[in-house]
Amino acid sequence: MTSASSRRSPVIVGTGLSDHPVAPDLDAVQHHVLAMQRALADCGIDKREIDGYMCAGGGPSGVDSAVNMAEYLQIDHRWIDSTMTGGSAFEFYVQHASAAIRDGHCDTVLITYGSDLLSKQGRMLGTRGFQGSGERIPGPLQYESPYGNVLVGAYAMAARRHMHEFGTTSEQLAEIAVAVRSHAQLNPGARYRSPLSVDDVVNSRMIADPLHMYDCCAITDGGGAIILTTAERARDLRKPPVHVLGSAGAQTHWNISQMGDYTRSAAATSGPAALAQAGVKPADIDTVQIYDSFTITVLMILEDLGFCLKGEGGSFVEDGRLRLGGDLPLNTDGGGLSAVHPGMRGIFLLIEATRQLRGEAGEAQVPNCEIAAAVGSGGWLSCIGAVVLGKESP
Amino acid sequence: MIEVIGRDDPGAPPLEGRPLPDVDNVSAVYWAAAASGELLFQECPSCGHRQFYPRAMCAACGGTTDWRQASGRGTVHTYTVIRQNWAMPFRELQPYVVAMIELEEGPRMMTNVTDVEIDHVHIGMPVECYVVEVEPGLGLPFWRPAGREREPGGM
Repeated sequence: MTSASSRRSPVIVGTGLSDHPVAPDLDAVQHHVLAMQRALADCGIDKREIDGYMCAGGGPSGVDSAVNMAEYLQIDHRWIDSTMTGGSAFEFYVQHASAAIRDGHCDTVLITYGSDLLSKQGRMLGTRGFQGSGERIPGPLQYESPYGNVLVGAYAMAARRHMHEFGTTSEQLAEIAVAVRSHAQLNPGARYRSPLSVDDVVNSRMIADPLHMYDCCAITDGGGAIILTTAERARDLRKPPVHVLGSAGAQTHWNISQMGDYTRSAAATSGPAALAQAGVKPADIDTVQIYDSFTITVLMILEDLGFCLKGEGGSFVEDGRLRLGGDLPLNTDGGGLSAVHPGMRGIFLLIEATRQLRGEAGEAQVPNCEIAAAVGSGGWLSCIGAVVLGKESP
Repeated sequence: MIEVIGRDDPGAPPLEGRPLPDVDNVSAVYWAAAASGELLFQECPSCGHRQFYPRAMCAACGGTTDWRQASGRGTVHTYTVIRQNWAMPFRELQPYVVAMIELEEGPRMMTNVTDVEIDHVHIGMPVECYVVEVEPGLGLPFWRPAGREREPGGM
């Protein structure tokens, strides 16, 4: 840790969660604020030290846009990024922040996210359609909107194709929801904590064939914040840093009609790139936090990352491998399927991976956790950001 | 030519309240052609790439594309059955099939498969296109099982 490059190598030093899963007294901006306050307290950095800011809120006029939030939080940044790839934006942020910190564009970056989705809009994100009755739809969606697809339907078409090509079963997909639920049972802040079996999942109401209700993520309120800085600055902060070993992003399409191969996501590009940068193999990963918008999202990304061959995800997830005590514990906070999903889950993947690497996960702690991966999916399996984090410096 | 029916034709799926295209310079050609019974996709004269949706350029090489007329025959590449859509008018139409159709010529497009029992839809199912003229000069393509009697069901 003496060369100039290792002194500036990017690390996560602070994380914070706002309140979840139901927080009717907080609006989106308050979620950003609370998460930031807790992240600052987590690491002991003074807010005035932050010189880089990242936020994935709506357009410039939105109340929680990057520019409005930078003003509201009064972050006097010299570097800002509001890349919007959907729920995976936060994994892309780690890639972008790492480069900015290494290159000296800024020293200490704050990422914030906050959403009052459940309290404000209810549970209809996946099933309300995208347009109102009689609307005129511009751009690429003009070729999809007249036919009444919904968000769940997009993932369902990928699941259907995966089943057709590889014989993947609903029971295999269900195992993902069951594993994640078993972790939610350890998290008092999880949305759903009652026991769940494979039978419960496959007998739950069909939402968009072949995806059942329990193949679909929860809708909650929530927010998160992350502070990254240089390895050098991290030396005298409150907690040991978590090192960014690798980060990469890729996009195959945006709208679901443009997905070229419905069984393969951009994680087939960004996953191996992040692993190679980190110098690790899938077998070296101790826990994986994958955006579980739907069970099929996890199955495809596991394959694309190289944990098993394409098409073998179904048998890979069987037999409890993804549960605590298995080879590859998944979404140890209870995931989006059962714990926290305020619309864009990507930041929670990084926060949970950090919690595991710090050894702060309590009953959900993965023993000897040295290397964790956080993989976010944005859009409709469209933009996949992959991050490899480590307890030790590269 | 593709069969074109009016929106009030008894064979037309329910259309009232559906979101419709905000027609732009490129899509204007496509929607107008559909209303006259031609299903168009694009092909690049320099690299041979074929694409749908229509763009002002070839998505592969960045060149300028030509319009091509599709046969209106294709197969179901993948599909789902929407059983929960809170938005009108679809809330009253469910369950219904949303599918990606692979044209005989290669490109894929989203649609509803109509005139079929939902349980009979499968990947690889041969389908044929028909168009509903939803307003003058704007044709909306739908697809139904190819070469056999219509089944009751679907939308």
